[in-house]
Amino acid sequence: MAAPALALEAVTKAYGRERAVDAVTLSLAPGERLALLGHNGAGKTTLLKLALGLTRPDGGGVATLGCAPGSRGWTAARRGIGFLPESVAFLGSMTGRETIRFYGRLKGVGREVCEEALAQVGLAEVAGRRVRTYSKGMRQRLGFAQAILGAPRLLVLDEPTGGLDPDSRCAFHATLATLAGRGTAIVLSSHVLTEVEAGTDRIAIMRAGRLAACGSAEELKRRAGLAVTIRVAVRPGGSARLAEALGGRPAERINDHAVEFRCSAGEKRALVERILGTGDAVEDIEILPPGLDAVYARFGGTQAEAEGAP
Amino acid sequence: MSAVAVIAGREVLAGVRNRWMLAATLLLGALALILAFVGSSPVGAVDATRLSITVVSLSSLSVFLVPLIGLLVSYDTLVGEIERGTMPLLMTCPVTRWRVVLGKFAGQVAILAVATVAGFGIAALVAGLGEGGGPEAWGAFGTMLGASILLGAAFIALGTLFSAVVAERGTAAGISAAAWLVFVVLFDMALLAILVADEGHAVSGELFRVLLLLNPTDVYRMLTLAGSETVGALSGMAGVSAEAAFGHGVLLPVMLLWIAAPLALAGLLFGRKEL
Repeated sequence: MAAPALALEAVTKAYGRERAVDAVTLSLAPGERLALLGHNGAGKTTLLKLALGLTRPDGGGVATLGCAPGSRGWTAARRGIGFLPESVAFLGSMTGRETIRFYGRLKGVGREVCEEALAQVGLAEVAGRRVRTYSKGMRQRLGFAQAILGAPRLLVLDEPTGGLDPDSRCAFHATLATLAGRGTAIVLSSHVLTEVEAGTDRIAIMRAGRLAACGSAEELKRRAGLAVTIRVAVRPGGSARLAEALGGRPAERINDHAVEFRCSAGEKRALVERILGTGDAVEDIEILPPGLDAVYARFGGTQAEAEGAP
Repeated sequence: MSAVAVIAGREVLAGVRNRWMLAATLLLGALALILAFVGSSPVGAVDATRLSITVVSLSSLSVFLVPLIGLLVSYDTLVGEIERGTMPLLMTCPVTRWRVVLGKFAGQVAILAVATVAGFGIAALVAGLGEGGGPEAWGAFGTMLGASILLGAAFIALGTLFSAVVAERGTAAGISAAAWLVFVVLFDMALLAILVADEGHAVSGELFRVLLLLNPTDVYRMLTLAGSETVGALSGMAGVSAEAAFGHGVLLPVMLLWIAAPLALAGLLFGRKEL
């Protein structure tokens, strides 16, 4: 197995008495896309700063592209890092092209690569304009262009899609998929759950500085033990037959056309078989897995806090 | 291109774009021209060239303006980028924090140097062309120009240090204003007050000489005014220069130390800063 692009080992960081990041262990393989979820103040940005060497851990170990931030070789290792901060800022008096060329020179990539990056984020046409005249979304795209310069081996994106219109978001995720296909490890923090589910391999949920859960969306849904909804469209008079066949199992919603049941993932198969066993009473059947928002509420949200979830 | 040069280049570009370079050049140029025209009128009475007199006037102007410009371009150099949010991005690029400090410093010194050479150069040309100059006067002008850039560099280094120490731009601005007041106005007044009160008992000539080295603007005065006989005589520094007989061999290294020490300290503090 290839060396991880990012390896955090029981890393801890406190500001005063508050632990912003508390004993987080996390590893990211080349080509893997990880989403970092959590409330504001859950420790996502601090975790990313630790990975980037912008802040020093109080305890634990950080290895980014195989190198501990601040150690010998860290400056050179940063050639392989692309970063887009949460509220990206550039000198307003420079043009988009000058800005990209500036970061390109620092990262040791040529003019063509810079132009390519500008074209990739759709800013080639306006690259001659001063950044001051850019909209928020355009500045965000410029930030993204800067982050992907020279095909980084690790891409760190802090809430990257804020301010982007739907088209730009699509293009953004397509670019991420291409980069991941070429081996770039990507970690992004986000609040947009639907995007996260579609565009990442693993999800890490943070709560009060701790890693509350980490795994693929399917894994997390299973582990959360959330109910699956089975929606059955019935023929006229079918709901009574269905209730009889299921031995009076409580249903969520009953009318003449549809019945909904909730069950655990383990029960699902047996229940579906019994429903289908009623024959022509059933017109159609739909199985609705729990959404990521429910998973998030379970591990990272207020529900988790109320229940004292792990 | 090295990272220092890349960062210095961006600093110069920003200085040109936000018209800092132009403003500083115009300010220095306009005042220098006024001095060249008005200040050098008593040429006939004394045995001096117009340029020599202009050099004296210009160095008096420099002592006030150059530190001010130096602090203005540099006071938020680091804290400003942290506050605006451009610094974290820069610090994830493959460049050390030392190089960032050096690059920004070099760019700002370049801005100040261009403004000084252009602004004072025009005045020197006006005063020194034809019979207004002479080899000695031009030499003194060159020394004054070089010393002005060094003085500016010292205050840019101080501004960089302030911007590395504080957490907010406003604080850096306050400290810079106080530093200007201390070095340009209060230090000499205090020194004078001590000399008068002491009547030469405790503060010997030796101690006085060393005390002058504790202020970069005094080092600058000694570098420019005491360097040339004519200029020294004109500026009333002849007495001081005989008393404070530091040669350029001492003054130049001290001035360089006034640049290197704050810059080194700024680099050290910025290196430890969490972003």
